[in-house]
Amino acid sequence: MGDIFVLIISCIFINNIVLAQYLGNCPFLGTSKKMETAVGMAMAVIFVLTMAGIITWIINTYFLVGLGIEFLRTIAFILVIASLVQFVEMFLKKSIPALYAGLGIFLPLITTNCAVMGVCLINVQEEFSFVEALISSIAYAVGFGLALILFTGVRERVILGRVPKPLQDTSIGLVTAGVISLAFFAFKGMV
Amino acid sequence: MLESVLFTLGLGLIIGLALSFASRIFYVYEDPRIAKVENLLAGANCGGCGYAGCSAAAEAVVKGEAPPNVCILDSKENVDKIAEIMGLEAGSAEPLKSFNDCEGGSRATDRFYYNGLNSCKAVASLYGGKRDCWIGCLGFGDCIRACGFDAIKMGENGYPVINKEKCVGCGACERACPKPILKVRTMTDRLLHLNAEDDALAPCAQTCPAEIDIPRYIQHIRHGEYEEAVNTIRERNPLLLACGRVCPHPCESWCRRGIEDEPVAINHLKRFVADYEMNSGNRIPIGKAPDTGKRVAVIGGGPAGLSCAYFLQRAGHRASIFEAMPKLGGMLRYGIPEYRLPKKVLDWEIEGILNLGIEHHTNVRLGRDFEFGALIAAGFDAIFFSIGAWNDYRLKIPGEELNGCYTGIDFLSRIGNEEPLTIGKRVAVIGGGNTAIDCARTLVRKGCDKVHLVYRRTRKEMPANDVEIEAAEHEGIEFIFLASPNRVTGDDQERVTGLEYLKMELGEPDASGRRRPVAIEGSETVLDVDMIITAIGQSPSAEFRGKGDRLDDISWTRWNTFEVDPATHQTNVPYIFAAGDAATGPALVVDAIGGGRKAARSIDLFLKGKPVVPQPKAILNKHIEETIFDSVLGIEKTDRVEAPEIPVSERIDNFDEVDLVISEESALREANRCLHCCRLCYDPDQARV
Repeated sequence: MGDIFVLIISCIFINNIVLAQYLGNCPFLGTSKKMETAVGMAMAVIFVLTMAGIITWIINTYFLVGLGIEFLRTIAFILVIASLVQFVEMFLKKSIPALYAGLGIFLPLITTNCAVMGVCLINVQEEFSFVEALISSIAYAVGFGLALILFTGVRERVILGRVPKPLQDTSIGLVTAGVISLAFFAFKGMV
Repeated sequence: MLESVLFTLGLGLIIGLALSFASRIFYVYEDPRIAKVENLLAGANCGGCGYAGCSAAAEAVVKGEAPPNVCILDSKENVDKIAEIMGLEAGSAEPLKSFNDCEGGSRATDRFYYNGLNSCKAVASLYGGKRDCWIGCLGFGDCIRACGFDAIKMGENGYPVINKEKCVGCGACERACPKPILKVRTMTDRLLHLNAEDDALAPCAQTCPAEIDIPRYIQHIRHGEYEEAVNTIRERNPLLLACGRVCPHPCESWCRRGIEDEPVAINHLKRFVADYEMNSGNRIPIGKAPDTGKRVAVIGGGPAGLSCAYFLQRAGHRASIFEAMPKLGGMLRYGIPEYRLPKKVLDWEIEGILNLGIEHHTNVRLGRDFEFGALIAAGFDAIFFSIGAWNDYRLKIPGEELNGCYTGIDFLSRIGNEEPLTIGKRVAVIGGGNTAIDCARTLVRKGCDKVHLVYRRTRKEMPANDVEIEAAEHEGIEFIFLASPNRVTGDDQERVTGLEYLKMELGEPDASGRRRPVAIEGSETVLDVDMIITAIGQSPSAEFRGKGDRLDDISWTRWNTFEVDPATHQTNVPYIFAAGDAATGPALVVDAIGGGRKAARSIDLFLKGKPVVPQPKAILNKHIEETIFDSVLGIEKTDRVEAPEIPVSERIDNFDEVDLVISEESALREANRCLHCCRLCYDPDQARV
């Protein structure tokens, strides 16, 4: 049980997917101008990442490793994640239109999100068990959401500030991300 | 090797099959038109239409929630194609434009030089200091940054200026502005907007019954933009040539310069730009909203009727005017003499209004030439009554029926209609209002030897305009104050020979605050005259009543006027509206124009199926308390421009226009006297410079 707790803390704070591993920067910068958008994106990522983590773990453990063809991992994961997102989009549109209306715009963005791919690959490299893979996927996604929402909160304030012209918009965004990232390094001492 | 090939193929097969089945199972029917429409939208996902991206906008168009031209970036061809897909007529919505109501003026204390965050939003929410003007522009340009179309620039005075050509009406600036300054509105919204508590309104603009944005048009004159000035006036008043001549300018009494100096000659400036347009020979084009197909009958083509028809037509409705007299213009034509408002000027102005496409019928009187039922049968969606007040009150004294007795409006309208009248040599005009003065000055020009004006109170209580009274004095009209007519004497041929009156003295003040005149016993005096004109007020003539149709249901006031809601001008019959003298009793031309516009707003709401309710926060010509000052600092007295007038000797025997237009040079000088008050925005330090 203690290991699981450490895993959760480490995935959310210490090895935060955006701020420590620098994955998923595109949606991190792209959807962080408005809190509403950021929350929608965070929810979509949690949903997709959990699904992708489980399915890629199954494929890896039972097919790739079983057949001894681990070198196909990347290509197989890309295929699986992309089709999964499409499938989820179709499923939601038909079955849960309300959720689709909420997440709809963000789902296609995740299709090519490196954070999702990254987490799936980490799960495999770390040789996690199924439960560990499930928990790490959720925790990494929560970490992404946390970083995104924190960052958006800061950015909404920065817009009000007197920013020198060359630093405006994305530039100041990257600087801000760097500072938040530094702050997250402090979590290294936690474990 | 084989395993990897088989695995890849297998994975592909499974995914392919799964997705195929999924798309079959989870198929949601989508109108194919949505995709077609979406292809024709600009695809920028800018959100300017108010929907979440182009697909959402396309969906709204197909559902009929949005018009074909919902996309603010779309070209005309694409809009036409979308309309074709939807089987609709293109261009059924009016374009939105952004307007900046705060022009800075002589900036008030509220122009922040604040060393914190460089943004209006931040200053408005973070700075907690004293703020006099909660309306005024903060000048940090949030709107400029918000505009995605490069349509807003910082003007040289530190307030944003909008380029109307580039503005697409997306509303980003309105959302970015923390103050109620930038407003994205359609032209109709602006035309029919009533002055509200949270608008930037100088005291003069609050006072003007037509709600003209006076500081703005004076600002345009100051910059030499005469056409813009005319357009600004026309947003609220289509009869600027007439008003520039006859308006008693209540606005000038509230001019802030008037507190320390003489007020700005606002009306002379209006007349200057109005005459500028007329003398240039070109009519400035007047914008119009797309046709709505709704029809409104306007009964009476006076100032209220013309104003209402003009605003309805500009809002896209179709107005038809029915006028009982041979020509349009109402009291402007038949009540105001030629020397104050030349007929050819009025004709030019009315022609411009009719050019909007307003249908008109003259020489038709409701109840005599056509019935109310015929209007309903003709398919009019609403009826507007602006029949004016043409029934002269009578004195009810003996001898009033003798030959040589006339009533004011009857006399003036017969002169206006160029009917031959026998004019006496010595005439008494009874009454103290503008109509009485108009009669008296007309008689002088008709060659009377002596014109007396008989009024039962004193000069101070005369309701006529001061300038008119003065002009009448200069033209040799003799005023007999404190005199109440008692009897008209006649000879055996029933001709008037004299007017007997009682001398009066002033007693206690009455309901109107004027001291009530009381007759002095035994003071009968006879004035030797051969013609008498009674001009003591009028009421609407409603001879169409009592025919057993819906008109009989309308409530009337005890002054014989239409009973209307003062804010909406709607009568108790929902589709019937009334304004002008018919609703208010005799009042100013500019009151009638303002009333016509207020009624047009209500009719527009009614025709669009919205509830006809007063506009929230409308001030309706009341004053906003905090904007009325006792003193204004930093004013250096300068001479007010006076309009040149023809000398008495040259004007006394003809009907040439007496007051002339001011020169361009004087107009520019006068425009510079304007403090450009925008509600509170006034800085004495800057004014000294």
